[in-house]
Amino acid sequence: MHWNVVAKNFDYLLIGAYPKGPLGGLAVTVLLAIGGIFGAFWLGLGVGLLRMARKRWLRWPAMVYIEIIRGTPLLMVVFWFYFLAPVLLGQTLPEAQSALIALIVFTSAYIAEIVRAGVQSLPKGQMEAARGSGLSHAQAMTHVILPQALFNMIPSFVNQFVSLTKDTSLAFIIGVSELTKAATQINNRTLTAPTEIFITVALLYFAICFCLTEFSRRLERRINRFQARTR
Amino acid sequence: MAYQFDFAQVVTGQYGQWLMEGFVTTLKISGISIVASLVLGTSVAMARLSRVRPLVWLAAAYTEFFRNTPLLIQLFFWYFGSYSILPQFVNDWLARQNFEFACGVIALTVYTAAFIAEDLRSGIFAIPKNQLEASRACGLSFVQAMRYVILPQAFRIVVPPLISQFLNLIKNSSLVMTIGVMDLTYMARQIEAHTFHGFEAFTVSTLLYLAISLVVSLGVNCYNRRALRTPAH
Repeated sequence: MHWNVVAKNFDYLLIGAYPKGPLGGLAVTVLLAIGGIFGAFWLGLGVGLLRMARKRWLRWPAMVYIEIIRGTPLLMVVFWFYFLAPVLLGQTLPEAQSALIALIVFTSAYIAEIVRAGVQSLPKGQMEAARGSGLSHAQAMTHVILPQALFNMIPSFVNQFVSLTKDTSLAFIIGVSELTKAATQINNRTLTAPTEIFITVALLYFAICFCLTEFSRRLERRINRFQARTR
Repeated sequence: MAYQFDFAQVVTGQYGQWLMEGFVTTLKISGISIVASLVLGTSVAMARLSRVRPLVWLAAAYTEFFRNTPLLIQLFFWYFGSYSILPQFVNDWLARQNFEFACGVIALTVYTAAFIAEDLRSGIFAIPKNQLEASRACGLSFVQAMRYVILPQAFRIVVPPLISQFLNLIKNSSLVMTIGVMDLTYMARQIEAHTFHGFEAFTVSTLLYLAISLVVSLGVNCYNRRALRTPAH
C-alpha cells in the first residue's frame, strides 16, 4: 500500500493550494454545502409556502417546479445551469457559481416538501385558534405556525444538509476544484494509489456526514418531547 | 449572439439514435441495480436484526458508511481503486465483463442497498413485537417467522419508501457517465460536444428522466390504491 501518497498530499485534500493558490479541497466542499443550504432554505421556504397557497395560480407553478426538479437527476440540473447560462446571459458563469445555483435550485424543491410536511403535521387547531384570536392568515403563519413547524423540521433540514454535502461532489463534473476534484487530481498525478486516495476521501466525507447524522438523531429525540400533538 | 434552437437535429438521425441507446442503457443499469440492491438490502436488514453480534455490527457499519459517503466517490473507488483489494478471481471475472457497466452496477447496488436496508429495518420495527413472539410460540423458527409472518407485512409498509429509493437509484444512475458508461446523460453530453446544442440535448434527456419518474410513480399510486387498501390479515 502507498499511504505515503495520501500523507504527502493530505493538505491538498483539505485546502487545495490555498496560501499560494486558489482555495480547494474539503474547504470548498464545506463552503458549497453551507452556501447551498442557506440559499435552498429561503428558496425552499418560499416555494413550500406557495405550494400551500389557496390561490390556484400560486399553487400550481410551485407544484410543477417541485415535481420537475424532484423527477430530474441532480447531474442534469447541474448541466442545465452550466449550459443554460451562456444561452440566457450570453456569457459563461464561473463553474463554482453555476454549481452553487444548481445545488440551491435542486435542494430547494426537497426543502419545500419538508416545509409542507412540517406545516401540515401541526394540529389544525393551531391555525384555527390563531385565526380565532384575530390574526390574519399571514400573521398566523409567521407568528404561530412557522415558528413551531420550522423547529420541528430541524432534523429533516440537517438530513437534507447531509445529502447536500454528498451532492457537492457533483460539482467536480463541471470542474469546480473541491474535494472530489482534488482526489482525482492527486490520483491522476501519482497513478499508484487510487485505493488509498479514494478510501481517504470517502472517510473525510463520512466524518462530516456522520457527525451531522448523529446530531440530527439527537435533535430528533429532544424535539419529539416538545411537539404540539393532536391528543 | 442569438442562439438558434434546433430540436430536430437532436432528436432525429444519428443523435436521436444516440439518445435512444443512452435511454436503454439507463433503463438496463437501473433495472439490474434495483433487483440486486433489493436482494442485498434485504440481507443486510436481516443481518442487522439478527441476534448475532458481529453480524449486527457489520451491517450497522455498512449502512452508516455507505449512506454517508457520496455515490461519486464510491463509483471512483470501485472503478479505480477496487483492483488491489478485491480477490483475484473477482478481478478476472470483472475484466471479462463490460467493466464500466459492472462497476456502475456494483456502486449503485451497494449504495442503494444501504438505504433500502434502513427502510426495511424501520418497516420491520413498525410491526408490533408480539407478532414475532406469537409466531415463535406457534413453533416457527426465527427464519420461518420472518419469512411467513413479519416480512410480508413489513414489505407492505415499506413499498412507498422503497419505490422512492428506486426512483433515486434511477436518477443516481446518471452519475455512471463519469466512469464512461454510455447512459442517457453521457449521450446528452456527447451530443453537446458534437453539435453545441447542449440546451436541446439536455431538455430532451431531462424529459426522458421525468417520463421514467412519472411512469413509476403513477404505477405505484395505482398499486397503492389496489393493494395497500386491503386490510392486513
